[in-house]
Amino acid sequence: MLKIWSMKQQQQAASAASGKKKVTAAQLRVQKDLGELSLPPTMKTHFPDPDDILNFTLTIEPDEGMYKGGSFNFDFTINQNFPHDPPKVLCKQKIYHPNIDLEGKVCLNILREDWKPVLNLNAVIVGLQYLFLEPNASDPLNKEAAEDLKNNRETFKRNVRTSMAGGYVKTTSYDRVMK
Amino acid sequence: MATATVLGAESPDRWRYLNNILNRKGPYTDEAFTPGDEPKAFLADAKILVIGAGGLGCEILKNLALSGFKDIHVIDMDTIDISNLNRQFLFREADVGKSKAEVAAAFVMKRVRGVTITPFNCAIQDKDDEYYKQFKIVVCGLDSVEARRWMNATLINLVDDETLIPLIDGGTEGFKGQARVILPTISSCYECSLDMHTPRAAVPLCTLASIPRQPAHCIEWASVIQWPKEKGDLKLDTDDPEHITWLFTKALERAKEFNIPGVTYSMTQGVVKNIIPAIASTNAIVAASCCNEALKIATTAAPYLDNYMMYTGNESIYTYTFTHEKKENCPVCGNLPQNLEVNPEWTLEGLMERLQERPETTLRKPSLRTSSKSLYLQAPKQLEEQTRPNLEKKLKELMETGDELSISDPGMPFNLRFIITMSE
Repeated sequence: MLKIWSMKQQQQAASAASGKKKVTAAQLRVQKDLGELSLPPTMKTHFPDPDDILNFTLTIEPDEGMYKGGSFNFDFTINQNFPHDPPKVLCKQKIYHPNIDLEGKVCLNILREDWKPVLNLNAVIVGLQYLFLEPNASDPLNKEAAEDLKNNRETFKRNVRTSMAGGYVKTTSYDRVMK
Repeated sequence: MATATVLGAESPDRWRYLNNILNRKGPYTDEAFTPGDEPKAFLADAKILVIGAGGLGCEILKNLALSGFKDIHVIDMDTIDISNLNRQFLFREADVGKSKAEVAAAFVMKRVRGVTITPFNCAIQDKDDEYYKQFKIVVCGLDSVEARRWMNATLINLVDDETLIPLIDGGTEGFKGQARVILPTISSCYECSLDMHTPRAAVPLCTLASIPRQPAHCIEWASVIQWPKEKGDLKLDTDDPEHITWLFTKALERAKEFNIPGVTYSMTQGVVKNIIPAIASTNAIVAASCCNEALKIATTAAPYLDNYMMYTGNESIYTYTFTHEKKENCPVCGNLPQNLEVNPEWTLEGLMERLQERPETTLRKPSLRTSSKSLYLQAPKQLEEQTRPNLEKKLKELMETGDELSISDPGMPFNLRFIITMSE
């Protein structure tokens, strides 16, 4: 152990204070990510318990594109393994969207296969916003919606409006999401 | 203090392999190394902690005992499963269901005379700083990123004028593995290299939902999509055979629908528990490397690893050793918490003003939190509104002595951390 101790003496005395209630690495990172969040007017967050920054809701109200006029809520659940694990994101409403299934699961590459610890919450939020501007028919989670988008964009647009008003598309009824 | 006779008490040949190293200098031994009784006494007295008594842990415990360490502690919260027996050689069929730490400790003590192994059947988080402080070296043989991050951060936070506990971390995944030496605050730490680890390869959700191609896709579909859909809030327990059977049945139906052969019960278990087949020889190689480092660090008999050795055994035997650089803005070892004395009668706003007066805490837009409380967060807007009332509150309402205060700022690469002491 002698070698280690001589190295330590060479190093400037970096001595840490030690506390009882430590802030976890995940909390440190989320606090930092939140501080760097730049939300456009179309998005807002809601923290049911402001002391718990690992669980919150994000509301997106697109001001352009096919989903304009809607108000979409997403639950964010971040675990202690963040940023090794991506945040879990779930859409709270039943909506008609090719990349979101009827249970609210979201097909967004950076939420799953392309997540990297260097990405932050801002990247996820930008990604979600993009889904409403450019729904993507080639990565379907709601197969019917994806087929509609692929075959006839006008029909798809009409279906989006109907579903957002709380109506039926084919045999499925959707939640009303107009603000 | 125990003496070197410990090593020589039995047959004179018992520890010959170790004496060969410790009784004379080698071409690479450090100048500070004095051959003979001194390193032996250190081995006999030094407390060493092993985290994990599984695949790596069994090897590590055996190796350390045979390397002359006499006072070993081991922590593992797991119990022995029948599937462990092929490689976790300290366990027998009759041990299934018993604590890994306890059985492993008893086995090694029976086989290696003179070693004391103290087992703990608990989570590493159950032990406090005082407990960890007693060790000279910690060797980790873990399978979870979360536990490693915790152990790493704990040892780094223990660094002070008297304490510096090297962490030797081993890890294996199939035919690949690594061993590394972490000297808290001196060399790169686990958190510094977090970006390097690729999270496990996941299949895009849409592939699972619409075009499964492999049996594993059907199993993942059953657990990721069908389980929450049909079972609602019931949490999937991957150790519950009934749950696995349910997933297996669902996956099989889906595989039939898409003409995919090969879905089995054990594959279902493997996929949902994310089991990567463990290779006994990989464990043996990585554990040997870890224990070699422990022996070298403890005795100075040879230069230790600086600081990362990766091993690949897929096609041949390959190792590559390199120095992983310390990350300047590492959130764990880049900034150690400092003491901060505050007056309980100050308001939070008052504290922030006082922080502004200190050059090292002059910040543009600071946000403050403790582990359990959002004191004042300046973004996003709604959180700022929710925490603004705290600005008027007195510190004694918001925190107590021993709390860690974390301050972030968009202009800073990492958070500043302070340990609060309340004093009038």
